Amino acid sequence: MSLLELDNIVVEFPTRRGPLEAVKGLSLDLDEGEILGLVGESGAGKSITGAAITGLIEPPGLIRSGEVRLRGERIDNLPPEKMRRIRGKEIGAIFQDPLTSLNPVYTVGDQLIDTMRVHLGLDQKAARKRAVEWLAEVGIPAPETRLDQHPHQFSGGMRQRVVIALALCAEPKLIIADEPTTALDVSVQAQILALLKRLCRENGTAVVLVTHDMGVIAETADRVAVMYAGRLVEIGDVRQVIEDPLHPYTRGLMASIPQIGNRDRRLTQIEGAMPGLRNPAPGCAFAPRCPRAMDHCHSIRPVPQSAGTGQVACHIYGETQ
Amino acid sequence: MTPQIAPDDILSVQNISKRFDVSEPFLNRLIERRPRRILTAVNDISFDVPRGKTFAVVGESGCGKSTVARLLMGLHAPSAGAIRFEGTDITHLPPGNPPALRRRMQMIFQDPYASLNPRWRVRDIIGEPLKNFGICKTRADVTREVEKLLSQVGLNPADAKKFPHEFSGGQRQRLSIARALTTRPELLICDEPTSALDVSVQSQILNLMKDLQDEFNMSYIFISHDLAVVWYMADVLAVMYLGKIVEVGPKEQIFENPQHPYTRLLMETVPKLTVGGTERTPVAGEVPNPISPPPGCAFHPRCPLANDICRGAAPELNLRSGGQKSACHAADEGRLPPWLRLAAE
Ligand SMILES: Nc1ncnc2c1ncn2[C@@H]1O[C@H](COP(=O)(O)OP(=O)(O)OP(=O)(O)O)[C@@H](O)[C@H]1O
Ligand SMILES: Nc1ncnc2c1ncn2[C@@H]1O[C@H](COP(=O)(O)OP(=O)(O)OP(=O)(O)O)[C@@H](O)[C@H]1O
Ligand code: SF4
Ligand code: SF4
Ligand SMILES: [Mg+2]
Ligand SMILES: [Mg+2]
Repeated sequence: MSLLELDNIVVEFPTRRGPLEAVKGLSLDLDEGEILGLVGESGAGKSITGAAITGLIEPPGLIRSGEVRLRGERIDNLPPEKMRRIRGKEIGAIFQDPLTSLNPVYTVGDQLIDTMRVHLGLDQKAARKRAVEWLAEVGIPAPETRLDQHPHQFSGGMRQRVVIALALCAEPKLIIADEPTTALDVSVQAQILALLKRLCRENGTAVVLVTHDMGVIAETADRVAVMYAGRLVEIGDVRQVIEDPLHPYTRGLMASIPQIGNRDRRLTQIEGAMPGLRNPAPGCAFAPRCPRAMDHCHSIRPVPQSAGTGQVACHIYGETQ
Repeated sequence: MTPQIAPDDILSVQNISKRFDVSEPFLNRLIERRPRRILTAVNDISFDVPRGKTFAVVGESGCGKSTVARLLMGLHAPSAGAIRFEGTDITHLPPGNPPALRRRMQMIFQDPYASLNPRWRVRDIIGEPLKNFGICKTRADVTREVEKLLSQVGLNPADAKKFPHEFSGGQRQRLSIARALTTRPELLICDEPTSALDVSVQSQILNLMKDLQDEFNMSYIFISHDLAVVWYMADVLAVMYLGKIVEVGPKEQIFENPQHPYTRLLMETVPKLTVGGTERTPVAGEVPNPISPPPGCAFHPRCPLANDICRGAAPELNLRSGGQKSACHAADEGRLPPWLRLAAE
């Protein structure tokens, strides 16, 4: 049985201008010890998918349909109190916005110590010792001194690392990491990724890694899922998706990666913008920007089909149902 | 010999420093007999930003990049040094003042969440400076300009009605870029402007920034940890280490023949897009602590070329044959090994 299963989830935000579907029916599963990279256009629904798993969709937003299962048990319909406990102990969340996870009033140390006392039942002294170790693990210099400082005294990248330590210190089985290394230089990034990989290997921890950085994905993920406009457009083994992407959007994405030494005047970009999520057109959401669009792409929506090492939702790869 | 015309610099920074007092509360210090602790985030740095060019700053997390940006914007008061904008001393002017000057200098913050007012709609966030600075006279003008800015950063004109929380992280970053562009600044300070964006949107924004530079001769200070992005954007590149500039000069020179061991390490740790390939090795050695920096060259505990001179005296930022400056005894003494050029992929 998979550790995590998403079964056709739909996430909706009711707004005054009518409902907005941010995630439009997404299915995924994840095994123990597996790292799944989640990439895609900004605004495609990656963070909302993470929020759906952790039960943190901001009301009035809601999971309109579908199920989230952890070790086969539904967790999308649990009362908030129960979900809170699962979130601390079983699922660790690293948010894209470090400010939501850090309390400006308390020192960084207090926040780590508190978390470990609550979830691991450590006493103050043991928790303090572990807190110093965690800060060192995520590469914060002089951890003993830093422990007694407040978040605003840290640089952007250091705050991000504190958030990582905070999510990992309760030793969860599943980690949802939303852009965990975005503002970090390559060297610190390497250290954090090595830490995540070690946790997966040694403790069987599974990770959903949301990131824009294909280098990070290439180095860390086992499989990659690509989202566009609220849907999964491609999923497969990391090597295939990076070296031989099948979906035209994934191909455009890979071609946009800047390269040192390239002397082109302009960077390659996918022309146009992702369509709004409201009132979606009937066909493939990528059709207005797709260099390979065919007539029926504008009227019939492609569904995920087996292709490559996983699945692809594109008419080039097979018949519609 | 024809006389050298002084380069036209939009911003000039001389010997600025920023020290933060990070001591524990007085009573704790007294009881536990602990000394004051001073953290030197920026340590006596000088640089000039040429008009119409991009001055990029790289360096590891915590080396002082954002602090430099905040000093330039007047958000921190420098502990020492001077900042001149087109020759006008702005070192001790409060943020936002004088408006006529500050509108010519804007910043995109590293954290897009903290910098957008959550209770305002997008049309007000972007529209307010347009009204305040008298750029748009009528409401219709404001609406038109807001919509234009939104589509320039790849958002939908209809997004003007929304609140910041209705946007994804990358969309919010684009909002703060649109807002920074409202006053048509001549100097834009960008702190990790695209690190929250997917590569395709990143390309759109960077292409837009280049277009604006060509069209309006804008100058940029561009802070980023992504060397491929820096390669694309920078004209001049500064490498910071522990509050100091350790190498600065023309971008191509620094990429092709770096003259500081730390710059070389940075270039070597650039991740490759190869699956399961060589694992990156983090820069060896303890990351130094800015509260008690190592004596001499601050990089010496991690430097493969360190010798006794390095441990004793801080190196000076000296001019190298390629045109860049670097602060390194090994380079001074001619014992920096030749650099094997990064193969351009
Ligand atoms: N509270 C909300 N109310 C209405 N719409 C929302 C809300 N939160 C998110 N959205 C919309 O849902 C979509 C998906 O957002 P999400 O944050 O998941 O994007 P993302 O893929 O994480 O993007 P990024 O890479 O930019 O972080 C976006 O288009 C966003 O505008
Ligand atoms: N308000 C403050 N009070 C005390 N220390 C601070 C303050 N702001 C920054 N610092 C310290 O100054 C140093 C430099 O921080 P800065 O934010 O400039 O780093 P940075 O180079 O931007 O790093 P990053 O890449 O992580 O954003 C860090 O050691 C940080 O902890
Ligand atoms: S379904 Fe058609 S429009 Fe969509 S990605 Fe495939 S080819 Fe392009
Ligand atoms: S001065 Fe010495 S320690 Fe510092 S970078 Fe140069 S060789 Fe290394
Ligand atoms: Mg997101
Ligand atoms: Mg910073």
